[in-house]
Amino acid sequence: MSSAMSWLISGFEAVSLARAQFAFTMSFHIVFPAFSIGLASYLAVLEALWLWTGREVFLNLFNYWLKIFAVAFGMGVVSGIVMSYQFGTNWSAFADKTGPVIGPLMAYEVLTAFFLEAGFLGVMLFGLERVGRRLHFVATLMVAIGTLVSAFWILSANSWMQTPAGYAVNPAGQFVAADWLKVIFNPSFPYRLVHMVLAAYLTTALVVGAAGAFHLWRDRHLAGARVMFSMAMWMATLVAPIQLIAGDQHGLNTLKYQPVKIMGMEGHFESHPDGAPLYLFGLPDEKAGKVKYAIEIPRMGSLILEHDLNAPMKGLNTVPRENWPPVPITFWSFRIMVGMGFLMFGLGLLSLWARWRGTLYEWRLLHLFAIVMGPAGFVAVLAGWITTETGRQPFTVYGLLRTADSASPLAAPAVGASLISFAIVYFVVFIAGLIYLLRLMALPPHPGEAGLPRDIPARAAGITPAIESVAR
Amino acid sequence: MTAAIDIATVWAFIIAFAVFVYVVMDGFDLGLGILFPLFPAKGDRDTIMNTVAPVWDGNETWLVLGGGGMMAAFPLAYAVLMPALYTPVIAMLIGLIFRGVAFEFRWRVKSERNRWDLAFAGGSWLATLAQGVALGAILQGVHVEERHYAGGWWDWLTPFSILTGVSLAIGYALLGATWLVLKTEGPLRDRAYHLAWYLLFAMLLAIGAVSIATPFLHIQYAERWFTWPNIVLTAPVPIAVAVVTVALLRSLADKQDTRPFFLTLLLFALSYLGLGISMYPYIVPQSIDIWQAASPANSQIFMLFGVAVLIPLILAYTGWAYWVFRGKVRAGSGYH
Repeated sequence: MSSAMSWLISGFEAVSLARAQFAFTMSFHIVFPAFSIGLASYLAVLEALWLWTGREVFLNLFNYWLKIFAVAFGMGVVSGIVMSYQFGTNWSAFADKTGPVIGPLMAYEVLTAFFLEAGFLGVMLFGLERVGRRLHFVATLMVAIGTLVSAFWILSANSWMQTPAGYAVNPAGQFVAADWLKVIFNPSFPYRLVHMVLAAYLTTALVVGAAGAFHLWRDRHLAGARVMFSMAMWMATLVAPIQLIAGDQHGLNTLKYQPVKIMGMEGHFESHPDGAPLYLFGLPDEKAGKVKYAIEIPRMGSLILEHDLNAPMKGLNTVPRENWPPVPITFWSFRIMVGMGFLMFGLGLLSLWARWRGTLYEWRLLHLFAIVMGPAGFVAVLAGWITTETGRQPFTVYGLLRTADSASPLAAPAVGASLISFAIVYFVVFIAGLIYLLRLMALPPHPGEAGLPRDIPARAAGITPAIESVAR
Repeated sequence: MTAAIDIATVWAFIIAFAVFVYVVMDGFDLGLGILFPLFPAKGDRDTIMNTVAPVWDGNETWLVLGGGGMMAAFPLAYAVLMPALYTPVIAMLIGLIFRGVAFEFRWRVKSERNRWDLAFAGGSWLATLAQGVALGAILQGVHVEERHYAGGWWDWLTPFSILTGVSLAIGYALLGATWLVLKTEGPLRDRAYHLAWYLLFAMLLAIGAVSIATPFLHIQYAERWFTWPNIVLTAPVPIAVAVVTVALLRSLADKQDTRPFFLTLLLFALSYLGLGISMYPYIVPQSIDIWQAASPANSQIFMLFGVAVLIPLILAYTGWAYWVFRGKVRAGSGYH
C-alpha cells in the first residue's frame, strides 16, 4: 500500500473528515434556526402591533414575513434531522460517553420543537381565518416562545460540552448526571444563551432591514418598506450595543472557565506578566509561536479581558502543545465576528442620526449600507460558532474527553464518502431553497398582502408549508 | 436496582412505539413514492401528493424521537448501531431530504416539476431500501467489541439484509396502495386495487421468506420461536397473520375502500410483534440487552417527565389532524 493510501485511511484522517462533516452540516443548519428564532419573535411583535393599533400595514408585513418564515423553518427542520443522527454515525464514542448527560437535553429540544410544530405552527401558518385573531396571536406567541425553548435546550447541551458541570463518571466510563440543575445551568450557559438569542435577533433585524432598504431604494414611499426598515434600524440601534456588552461578559466567562480558548482567540502565544497587548490584526504562526505582522495596542488585551491595564496574562507557552486549539482559525473567526458586531453598531448609530435629521427614508447611502449588511448577521453567527467550537478543541467535552477519542471506529473512506454525499445534496437542495427565499424577499410588501395561499395543499402540521409560486 | 430495570423496560417500549408509529405513518407516504413511477399522469400525481400533503411531515417527528430518544435512553446501543448501519442511515437521511423538499418544491416552478417528481420517487425508494436493509443488518447481528462497533463499513450488506430491504419496499408499497384505495376514487382507486392485489401476494412471500430465514441467523431466534413453552405464546402470531390475510383478501375482493388499509396496518403490527419476539430483550441482537445499553435511571426518569406530557399531546394532535383531513381527495381539489 502506498504511503498516501495509508495516510488516507489512518485514524487521524477519519477524525478530521468527521470534523469537516460536522462543521459543514452544522454551518448549513445553524443559519436557519438563527434566522427563524429572530423572525418568530418579529412576527409576534408585528401581530401584536396589528392587534393593538389596527393598522393594516402591520398585518401586511406579518403576512409578508410569514411566507419567508415558513420556508426557513422547514429547511431548519430538514437539516436538523441530519444533525440528530450525526452524533451516532460519526461520533459514536462521544454518544456513548455523554449520552446519559446531554442526550436528555437534546431529547427535550426535540420534544419541545416538535410539540410546537405539531401544536401551533399549523395554526400560525394557516389558521388566521379559521380560529380568530386572539387564538391566532396565542399560536404566534407560542411559536416564538417555542423557538426560544428550543434554543435553551440545545445551547444548554452545547454549553455543557464547553464547561461541564454537575456530572460524575460511572464504571463504564460514561458521564452521568449528579445534579441536573448544575448540568443544565452550567457556567457558560447563561452567557451563551443571551449572546446567541441576541445574535439571532440582530441577524433577523439585518435581513429585515436589508429587505426594507432594497424596497425603499425602488420606492421610498412604500409604507411596508418604511415600517420594516424603521423597525429593523431600531433593533440595530438598541440591540447591537447590548450585544457588545453581552459578548464582553461572555468573554470574561470564557477566560474564567476556558482560558486556553482565550489565548487562541487573542493569539497570546507568550505570557505577559505586566499587561497583555491586543492584536488587532496579524498572522498567528503556531510553529514560530508568535503573531507575525501584528498590529497591536499594548496592554489593551488585559484591559478588555481583566478590565485592568496591568493584569498579568498567561500565554499558550504555559499549555502543553497537544492541548492547543487551532490558533489561526480561532484568532481570525473571532476578529470577523467582532468586526461584524462593530459594523452593526455603526449601522445602528448612523440610522439614529438619520432619524434625528429626518432622512431615514431618503438617505441612499444608509440604505446601501443596510443592504450590504443584510448577510452580516449570518457571517457573525458562523464566525462566532467557529470561534467557540474550534476554541474548545482538541476536546469535545472541555478538558475531559478528547476529540480524537470521540469519533466512531470508522475507516476514512466511509466518512469521506458520506461527507461528499452531504456536500452535493446540501448544495443542490439548500441552494434551491435559498433562491426561493431570496425571490420572496425581492417581491415588495404590498397592501392587502395575502397570507399563505389556498390553491395548493393545506398543511396540518406543516414544517415545510407551501408558499405561493413565485415564478408564476 | 429494580427501579432501574423497570424504567429501562419502559423506555424500550417507548422507543419501540416511536419506531412503530414512524414505520406505519411514514410507511404509507414512502409507499406512495415507491408507486409514483406507475402513475405517470400529472393529474394522478397531484392527487396522490394531496392525499398525504397535510400529514407527512408530522410523521417524520417519530423518526427523530426514535433516534434522539435512543441516544439519551440507550446511548450504548445508539453508539454501536449507528456506525454499524453507517451507509444505510446516511442513505436514508439523504433519501428523506430529497423526498421532503420535493413535496414543497414541485409546486413552485412548473417547469421543474418532473425533476422534483424524480426526487420524490427516488428519495422514497432510497429511504425505504435503506430502512429495510438496516432492519436486516440489526437482526443478523453486528460485531461488537467492548463498547464499540468492531466491524467494517460494508458488513450490513448480506443476502438477508437485501431480502429485508426489498420486503420493506413491498410492504410500504402495499400500505401506499391501500392508502390510495382509502383516499381516492374513480380510475385511480381502481388501479390502486389492482396493485394492492399483486402487492399483497408479494408481501406474503416476503413475510414468509424473512420468517424462514430469521431462525437460521441465530440459534436463539429458533429457540425463541419453536421451543416449548415459548411456542404457546409465539404460535398465535403466524395464525393471526393468516387470519388477517384472509380478511384482507376478502376486503380487496369486495372492494371495501376502508378496510384494506387498516388490515394492512394490522399485518405490519403483527410483523413488528414478531420482530419484537425475536429480539427481546436485546437491543443489539445477541450482544447488548436493554439493561446493558440503558443510561442511568436518573437520566431516563428525567426524560420520562417530558415524554409523559408531550407524547399524549402529540398523539392527540396527530389524531385530530387526520380527522380534519379525513375522507376522499378529489382530483385537482386538495382538501379545501
